[in-house]
Amino acid sequence: MTQLQTEQVWQALQDVPDPEIPVVSIVDMGMVRGVEVDGAKVSVTFTPTFSGCPALHVIRQSIEDAVRGLGVADVEVVSTLTPPWTTDAILPDARERLRQYGIAPPAPAGEGLITLESEPTRCPRCGSFDVTLTASFGSTLCKRLYVCGSCKEPFEEFKSV
Amino acid sequence: MTAPTPTVTELNAARTAALIRKLTALADDEIILAHRDGEWTGHAPILEEDIALANIAQDELGHAGMYLELRRALDGSDPDRLAMFRSATEYTNTRFVELPRGDWAYTMLRQFMYDAYEALWLEAAQHSTYAPLAEVAAKAVREEKFHVQHTALWVERLALGTPESTRRTQTALADLWPHAAQLFQPVEGEDELVKAGIIPDIAGVRSRWEAVMVKHLQDKCGLRMSRDSFPGPARENHTEHLAPLLAEMQQVARQHPNAEVW
Repeated sequence: MTQLQTEQVWQALQDVPDPEIPVVSIVDMGMVRGVEVDGAKVSVTFTPTFSGCPALHVIRQSIEDAVRGLGVADVEVVSTLTPPWTTDAILPDARERLRQYGIAPPAPAGEGLITLESEPTRCPRCGSFDVTLTASFGSTLCKRLYVCGSCKEPFEEFKSV
Repeated sequence: MTAPTPTVTELNAARTAALIRKLTALADDEIILAHRDGEWTGHAPILEEDIALANIAQDELGHAGMYLELRRALDGSDPDRLAMFRSATEYTNTRFVELPRGDWAYTMLRQFMYDAYEALWLEAAQHSTYAPLAEVAAKAVREEKFHVQHTALWVERLALGTPESTRRTQTALADLWPHAAQLFQPVEGEDELVKAGIIPDIAGVRSRWEAVMVKHLQDKCGLRMSRDSFPGPARENHTEHLAPLLAEMQQVARQHPNAEVW
């Protein structure tokens, strides 16, 4: 086998979808922190989005499978919590794909962690700010539910963390 | 999850033992409260709240998992074994989290009181001199933000709602307040950990927590608060409610101890 390039591993990981939001990949989501190729061994460092996310073991397995798909036998998946994942790590074009998929992308996370007010949100379909939070938790840990007062459509928003 | 490497230089044997006790106590509170919250699945007043409480419970279990991974790095214990194969006498959660879920006001108020405590503890624990704990705290505190927002709003809605909801919320507060004191009971050897900057001083967390409680529960929601302070029993002393909870929670794991796929 010819020497594997780091770039090829990143390319393979670009095809690993987020199990709960398949329009974006784990690379788009900013979950992959680093790739190291050391001879025949590949090490991938990733960071979890939410600590209680039930998809974590699926993601680890998908990373391993994707790298093995390149013909690598020795794959190591390392997880890190530092710095903690934030929605600011989501790549710009992935934010646009989230919006097209019907999920309002997260507002900038910034600091001030314990606040009792939530950030402004716009409808992913018509762009209106006339939206009402209907539930602060949604179908997955990372989303909450809104309804648009302008186009009347319900939608999900990615929480800014 | 990969266990963080402990910074051995900061931990002697006594501190390691105390830190294991503290991490286990933190995890146990999360596990038991998550189970109580999970009891509402399929029974909450509306679908959205059913989902919300399940989400919150899932986060708390995630935090328990992180604490127990920290413990694993110290003594090699398996988080699943600790959660599923310890009896009531071995669990070190507070009575505050093991009491039956009660009505919706009781559940929301307990969750609010707990979330505020947890958020404040984690906020301070981000400055731990023990890097693995500081990392876990920085991760978990971001998730607690959503819990506090959600439960604070529910408590306000119930306290200022109808005479019935006000009465229920007031009753829940009178019941819960004495038990909340137990959250602030240090574990054996905790003072040594505080001196080394490994964990935050629980008395400081408590005074900030009480200020948040007064501001929200009394000033904003108009609830009457007790001024009495309660000592709170040791964490090993449980009510009769814990054993049946564990029997239900651990049933499948104990029946199939060798199962590989859950």
